[in-house]
Amino acid sequence: MQESAAHNTGTRRFDVVVIGGGLVGMAIAYGLAREGQRVAVCDGADSAFRAARGNFGLVWVQGKGGRCLPYAQWSRESSERWGGFAAQLRRETGVDTGFERPGGIELCETVEALEAGQRLLESLRAQDASLDYHVLDRQALKQRIPAASSGLAGGLYSPNDGHASPLYTLRAMQQAFQRHGGAYLPRNEVLEIRPRSGSFEVIAASGVLEAGRVVLAAGLDNLRLAPMVGMRAPITPLRGQIMVTERLALFLDYPTLVVRQTPEGSVLLGDSAENAGFDDGQTRSVMADIARRARTAFPVLAHARIVRAWGALRIMTPDGLPVYEESREHPGAFLAICHSGVTLAAAHADVIAPWIAGGRQPPLLHPFTATRFPEPTDANAV
Amino acid sequence: MQTLFEPLAIRPAATVAIEIDGTSRRVPGHYSVAAALLESGAASCRTAPVSGEARGPFCMMGLCFDCLVEIDDVPNLQACMTRVREGMRIRSMSGKARLA
Amino acid sequence: MTASSCDLLIVGAGPAGMAAAIEARAAGQSVIVADEGDAPGGQIYRNAADSPLADARLLGDDYLAGRALVERFVQSGARHLARCVVWQVAFEDGIVAMLTRSAGGSTTGSEGGGTLEVKASALLIATGAQERPWPVRGWTLPGVMGVGAAQTLVKSAGLAPSQDAVLAGSGPLLWLFASQLIRAGRGVRAIVDTTPRQAWKHALPHAVPALRAADYLLKGMRMMRAVSRAGIPVYRGVADFSIEGTAQAERVRFRDDRNAAHVIETPLVLLHQGVIPSTQLARSLGCAHEWDTRSACWRPRTDAWGRSSVDMVWIAGDGAGIGGANAAAHAGTLAALDIARRLDAIDDAAKDARSRPALRALSRHLAVRPLLDALYTPPDALRRPADDVVVCRCEEVTAGEIRRIAALGCQGPNQMKAFSRCGMGPCQGRWCGMTVGELIAQVQARSVEDIGYYRIRAPIKPVTVEQLAESIALDEDFSRGDFPS
Repeated sequence: MQESAAHNTGTRRFDVVVIGGGLVGMAIAYGLAREGQRVAVCDGADSAFRAARGNFGLVWVQGKGGRCLPYAQWSRESSERWGGFAAQLRRETGVDTGFERPGGIELCETVEALEAGQRLLESLRAQDASLDYHVLDRQALKQRIPAASSGLAGGLYSPNDGHASPLYTLRAMQQAFQRHGGAYLPRNEVLEIRPRSGSFEVIAASGVLEAGRVVLAAGLDNLRLAPMVGMRAPITPLRGQIMVTERLALFLDYPTLVVRQTPEGSVLLGDSAENAGFDDGQTRSVMADIARRARTAFPVLAHARIVRAWGALRIMTPDGLPVYEESREHPGAFLAICHSGVTLAAAHADVIAPWIAGGRQPPLLHPFTATRFPEPTDANAV
Repeated sequence: MQTLFEPLAIRPAATVAIEIDGTSRRVPGHYSVAAALLESGAASCRTAPVSGEARGPFCMMGLCFDCLVEIDDVPNLQACMTRVREGMRIRSMSGKARLA
Repeated sequence: MTASSCDLLIVGAGPAGMAAAIEARAAGQSVIVADEGDAPGGQIYRNAADSPLADARLLGDDYLAGRALVERFVQSGARHLARCVVWQVAFEDGIVAMLTRSAGGSTTGSEGGGTLEVKASALLIATGAQERPWPVRGWTLPGVMGVGAAQTLVKSAGLAPSQDAVLAGSGPLLWLFASQLIRAGRGVRAIVDTTPRQAWKHALPHAVPALRAADYLLKGMRMMRAVSRAGIPVYRGVADFSIEGTAQAERVRFRDDRNAAHVIETPLVLLHQGVIPSTQLARSLGCAHEWDTRSACWRPRTDAWGRSSVDMVWIAGDGAGIGGANAAAHAGTLAALDIARRLDAIDDAAKDARSRPALRALSRHLAVRPLLDALYTPPDALRRPADDVVVCRCEEVTAGEIRRIAALGCQGPNQMKAFSRCGMGPCQGRWCGMTVGELIAQVQARSVEDIGYYRIRAPIKPVTVEQLAESIALDEDFSRGDFPS
């Protein structure tokens, strides 16, 4: 077992300390360890918010980037890398992330929704032909998904979309990270980050760590940590509720935004968004709404039994786009924020990690700074 | 068939005709489906979705979800929480439920 | 969807729930009691007022005493909702409970029944106990059940286990059930007692205080004598118990206290290692729980009146801590009095006067618990199975898999669940949660208390998509939020 049980009184030295062992932190940490960096991950408690548990599991490109083309391209780049990423994780750990990319379908209940969706996708494809899609009318939709309701107007299909198990992805990354020599330190909330000249002291629950670089990937806790390294995390929690059925014989071959079926057979129902502050609880109205939407799309689900439901808090920036930024005041400290931790996992490991290790920041990521948002005049950003 | 459970002396009770995996039986009307299955000598009522191994009633109080059967074409019902009814058709489940 | 409201919603019509309903009604409160069974009684008094047996006396006086309580409950004027599953309790301007009722058929599933919404000023959770999970090799085989399960079949269907059945484990229920079968003129193949031979040494300090409940002790001794007189073989101090069979249970294997190996051919193995509080509903409400070291189980944190850590939520009976049926009834009474006082239906003087007898009786009935806990709480070895044993029955996750993940530094049961699917099945961790905590504790050298338990959420019993979809009318101003990009 690595250093997870060690309570050293001395300082432990690493090349990079990643704060946060969720989907974002772990992907970056894995990428770094894979390159030979000496990395420690400080992870929170079992009962912490842990956005990974709220992730629906989509590897999704279509519809993104309407206001920022690079975001669509960044998502697509990650989606392209996901196959290799999943294969490597499987080789290294034996864990199957459940990644599949049959393409994804946005289901449209009305003709208006279908047309509006098409307009958006067309405008994106016009700017970048790789953001491909097809319109599925009612018949075409039923061909791809026989269980889809005949009451749906149709759907929008894109070959760039897929899905994976967020939890198995996290498990695989964590295991692979440790195989590459990474130090995973659970239940080690970071109390303080102290920038020194050319390095950082990280005061964690089990002691002090020192590293030349530090990555803040602590989800909502970035709010507290970012100012310690001269940055600001412009994030608010956005709650999502998800429900899962018992295992069912496979009937849905494509992930959709509101319903997807895992290889084990369980069906996830979701896609809700509420501003509930730091409350990750459930509400009757949202659960009923999710159930209705799922039943509207797939009447056969009416008798499927929900065995679990929960709420979780997404990490949301005002425009929904990621933040990847190096501190100007304290170079070597990086902020990494996004709400699509599964979609972007491959890119985080393959592209963000090398940048943090000392490479050049890819130009595609230049728009994703925290400083693109104006300073808040009062505390309402939190 | 083996004996797993046998009736003790009971008060006179109306019986109902049910079908278990195609075989007709008459059982007291106050039986749960699980009781009827066990009295018929069946220890198992389904195969588990992960391994395909046989499973049968375990806790008899609705908490273990091992006694799942298909009743009148509705899958995944707890046999121990369901009372028998005249004409009820009970079928073992294999693996995952199929929707419609 | 039908809506109701009341002063007090009680979940569970066992002794605690029934006694509470009676007391609350006496205080003039409107009471709704929701229960999954066809008739009141819970598990311990199941069919007590309506036994299918030609002679219910074989079940003993303690069981028959439940009849009087059931009758008083039926007369009390409490509204009894039979065959109703409470699958969610929300706090929206007061307590709102969501129930599904079955129409005389199943309690879950699409047939019959609809959704009920009950609004209440106060909630009493009286959902009782469950068998302590005892994962042993072969425990998922058909033909393996709980002793409690077999006893339920006697009570509710008049069915007795095969005379080739083996009773295995530890605790008073083994002896009670065996003596009930003997009174019915039947026997079993053997009792395989895993109570460590040294347990009596730990129990000795508790023997004198337990004499306050001398009747419990005498009854226990009588049952053991009956078993011995009936000639049923008893193996004591048993270790390495396992069950074997191809498609179902065929035999059990174990070592006795002299290390002699035994194999007994049997098609029916009945397991029991005591009972533990059912905490699902209480946890889903966010009630604080604590680890009871003496009895190695989780229980909700409650005060002497059953008040939980959540405002307006009380917990009484075995669901608050194992005490048995009589203790449960008195605890139900006390909770109802506290609730009535809180809702201003009675004053302090009335509450004090009416609670005194219950407080005294409760104390007497609980006097035997330390002794029983010291004798019958299974030791670590029985709570921490070998690697090849299935721990999560629903998802078929083994102890070895859990230990492997724990060794990599897994945070706790929730991350374990995320990484292994252990606890993700329909039983929602009721049969694996205890063991997962024990295994992580073992591997990481921490206490079970420190490890914690699964985060439990609604629905606490499975509910269909349709039932959820129809469960509440959505307000006109309900808007499906969206998020940027």
